[in-house]
Amino acid sequence: MASLIACPHCGPRPKEEFTVRGDAGITRPAPDAGEDAWHAYVYLRDNPRGRHKEHWHHTSGCRRWLVVERDTMTHAVYTVTDASAPGETA
Amino acid sequence: MSSYRLPKGGRVDRAKPLDFTFDGKPMQGFAGDTLASALLANGRQLVGRSFKYHRPRGILTAGAAEPNALVTIGEGGRTEANTRATLVELYRGLTAKSQNRWPSVDFDLGAVNSLLSPFLGAGFYYKTFMWPAAFWEKVYEPIIRKAAGLGRATYQPDPDSYEKCWAHCDLLVIGAGSAGLAAALTAGRAGTRVILADEGFEPGGSLLSETAPVGGKPTADLLANIVAELTDMPNVRIFSRTTAFGWYDGNVFGAVESVQKNTATVNPNQPVERIWRIAAKQAILASGAEERPLVFGGNDIPGVMMAGAMRSYLNRQAIAPGKSTVIFTNDASGYATAADLEAVGLNIAAIVDSRQDAARTWSGKARILAGAVVVDANGGKSLKGVTVLNSGRTETIEADALGMSGGWSPIIHLACHRGAKPVWSDDKAAFLAPEKQEGLTIAGAAAGIGSVEACLADGAGKAVAALQSLGFSNATTAFAAKADTATVSKPLWRIHGSKGKAFVDYQNDVHLKDLGLAVSEGYGHVELAKRYTTNGMATDQGKLSNINAIGILAEARKVSPADVGTTTFRPFYTPLSFGALTGASKGKHFQPVRKSPLHDWAKKNGAVFVETGLWYRSSWFPKSGETTWRESVDREVLNIRKNAGICDVSTLGKIEIFGKDAAEFLNRVYCNAFLKLPVGKARYGLMLREDGMIYDDGTTSRLGETHFFMTTTTAYAAGVMNHLEFCAQALWPDLDVQFSSSTDQWAQIAVAGPKSRLILQTLVDEDISDAAFPFLGAKEVSLCGGKLTGRLFRISFSGELAYELAVPAGYGEAIADAIMEAGKPHGICPYGVEALGVMRIEKGHVTHSEINGTVIPSDLGFAKMVSTTKPDFIGKAMLSREGMTADDRLSLVGVKPLDPSTTFKTGSHILADGATPSLDNDQGYVSSSCYSPNLGSTIGLALVKHGPKRHGEHVTVWNDLKNEYTKAVLCSPVFFDPENGKLHG
Ligand SMILES: [Zn+2]
Repeated sequence: MASLIACPHCGPRPKEEFTVRGDAGITRPAPDAGEDAWHAYVYLRDNPRGRHKEHWHHTSGCRRWLVVERDTMTHAVYTVTDASAPGETA
Repeated sequence: MSSYRLPKGGRVDRAKPLDFTFDGKPMQGFAGDTLASALLANGRQLVGRSFKYHRPRGILTAGAAEPNALVTIGEGGRTEANTRATLVELYRGLTAKSQNRWPSVDFDLGAVNSLLSPFLGAGFYYKTFMWPAAFWEKVYEPIIRKAAGLGRATYQPDPDSYEKCWAHCDLLVIGAGSAGLAAALTAGRAGTRVILADEGFEPGGSLLSETAPVGGKPTADLLANIVAELTDMPNVRIFSRTTAFGWYDGNVFGAVESVQKNTATVNPNQPVERIWRIAAKQAILASGAEERPLVFGGNDIPGVMMAGAMRSYLNRQAIAPGKSTVIFTNDASGYATAADLEAVGLNIAAIVDSRQDAARTWSGKARILAGAVVVDANGGKSLKGVTVLNSGRTETIEADALGMSGGWSPIIHLACHRGAKPVWSDDKAAFLAPEKQEGLTIAGAAAGIGSVEACLADGAGKAVAALQSLGFSNATTAFAAKADTATVSKPLWRIHGSKGKAFVDYQNDVHLKDLGLAVSEGYGHVELAKRYTTNGMATDQGKLSNINAIGILAEARKVSPADVGTTTFRPFYTPLSFGALTGASKGKHFQPVRKSPLHDWAKKNGAVFVETGLWYRSSWFPKSGETTWRESVDREVLNIRKNAGICDVSTLGKIEIFGKDAAEFLNRVYCNAFLKLPVGKARYGLMLREDGMIYDDGTTSRLGETHFFMTTTTAYAAGVMNHLEFCAQALWPDLDVQFSSSTDQWAQIAVAGPKSRLILQTLVDEDISDAAFPFLGAKEVSLCGGKLTGRLFRISFSGELAYELAVPAGYGEAIADAIMEAGKPHGICPYGVEALGVMRIEKGHVTHSEINGTVIPSDLGFAKMVSTTKPDFIGKAMLSREGMTADDRLSLVGVKPLDPSTTFKTGSHILADGATPSLDNDQGYVSSSCYSPNLGSTIGLALVKHGPKRHGEHVTVWNDLKNEYTKAVLCSPVFFDPENGKLHG
């Protein structure tokens, strides 16, 4: 786990200020997408070794939801972007 | 020799004598002493007893690796066990006690363990566990616990405070020895932000005990100049008495600073220790090297010491090791010690050098025994002499001190904390860590460099490189490049032919034969050997012993140390106190206390408080004469249903929601419709999780076209806020909606009961008659003749005619007082969450007792609330799953005992009448229950299979924990006023 997260709004902040929600690589299906799509969205998660995108909430900071791309093996943090940025919407 | 302090020399301040005690005996040292040096100065070499065998032990090192000189410092709540005397800075009034001895360190009955030593060898713990368990617990463990061990912790609370801080820098330099000082100086001169952390109370590291001139100048002058220059630099911070204990992700380092561990008079306004988290852009690890002991018989007898430590005590504190010293070495550093001892006129009985080609450059007086080894040190509580094996002949030499040097091992712990593996270098005869990792460079002796001048150059050069990687191109080295002149000898892992026990791990009493046993019994792998023998465990984590153990295992397995490898380095480098780790989070600071703005109002009205999460909520308000909580609660409930009551509901989560898409947003996060909620109206809302289960409930009011006010349950206030933010930011960023938590901004007061309107109308300026302000009205109101603006909601949890009035938090107490005053003629009473709970159960209203993560709206009778017309809302898709529509889902139903004089407990299970109690026959469970003073009976809400279809059915309420069975009947969950006549009154 990283010690510091570089929030795009607040700068580098200690990880204790954040709350991790989980996989940000999944997209909320359309309401009529069908049972399989919804089952996958709600219950199925990859557990990758290596690069992984996650939703982190800057709970004790700017209160923005962020997409943190980090390495689950080396703990390196590659990118931190706002979750509302184009291309990041869940 | 009674005093070992030389009449002159050293860096101690003889004008500042410091009194202290050891085992109650008064002693004196000087400023600049460590406890260890002061004990040596007082002729105290024997300072403790060993872990298993209770062997007398003396001071072995002058630093963090000390395995023997563990003492208990302080008294009462300040008692600190297992502190290393070598790192304790002496202060006036220090009290120290030896450990693991009874009745005294000089005469210890536990030494009888030495006679039992055949039974205490490697694998003892494992082998003994094979015996009957009872035998272990009753016989062996108590004996071992009493006989083996370290210091004891105190049961008294620690009176001191601790804190945690962050620090940021361009370059962190760990260790203020030659390489570290050169790095800090280089970076400081370049104007970068530098932190120099060092565990000593004086910067300098090994330079403090170095006598050889550097670049033709005395070392002491060089050191003084560097420290003076660094001290004057505003961009350099020197953290003395600060041990960097770990390297963490993001190039954050953990360090612990001793702020007031060097005084008996603690300033209560300052912490005694401080944990630093240092975020460094680049770091240089200049932690030096550790001298290795030599493994021969009796190498633990007091008087045997590391040669480097001997030199340090001599040059820093002017301590003579003894009258006659033998040096046993396979390395050049033994000669440096010998030379310094001779320089002050002390006698060296012999220099025993295991190398045949030893010491071509030795110009001192002492005779050199080349190609010889010390096979045994002789003595008991102090050293009497050594037995030397020289060309096949043994010779005994009288001596009261023995300095040993087996070569040097770089201190690479921190560099390996993030997964890097140490690699064996045949050239350096040492395990080295990768010299350059991202954010961390190893410099000086920690990188395997030997000579002081080469270390200075290395530190300076590596600082330049680290700064260049940060874009500081102006940095220039403070010391020019210099080749390393030190030579490396072939390691001497063990001495053959010793008679006495040859210790490898002093602290754990692991000796040579234990390691041999581990190999022969199949535990030769380095990780297995560690567990089997306990080598490298305990407080020193094998700082002295690990490399020797690896070498010995390698020899026994006939492989290279590279093939044996090391065990894993993990934080912390040295032990941390629990106080430092706890920081300020203790006592009432362990977690914050949340108090409602009406807390003092409730308190002065006699409330009994209950902790709910961080909140303190008023639970009930006993009146004089009431002896049980039930008496108070029953009275409150009956009075509210007859007259009126006032309750603090400020702890409910409150969220202001703004934006032109606020209505659309709410429509998507609630399962029921919100798009067309009129301005001035409140609506009960159910929020689902994406899996269809109910997440939270509450009322949301529309105060303006684009302004909503949401309330959440107390427990889920923070969670709902996070959820809304996730939905708005991550799911639907195109919606124009913003949130602001206003939980703490409003004091919110529920006024309930048939007289509530009468009472409130005296405060509210607007007409609040049923016609003007009907059920579910929500609007801003003027109070007390225009003195204040508040928000009034006509909502009811109790089923009574009821209102909730919100006023700015600071006015809460005044308004509550005013309501109490206005209500006095109408019989108003304050009530708490217990009465609130009774009334909501009487009305069949659910809370998180029912909304427990397993229920969907239809389970609670809310099927009709779920919109069928909205295209989407959170939870919609998963609600149509097969299991969600099954007709035997546990569903809400009321339950009451057939005989009102009987009762049941929440959590009890429901059995069909006459069914055998078993999980197969389980029909559901009681989710909430209470005594209803209106019905004169226990009542409950339950989640039961087919519940709504079973009203009137007799069942058994089964509490298997208490073996209780209560005959009961299922019924409507609304026990009181099912027509809601009172609500609309
Ligand atoms: Zn932020």
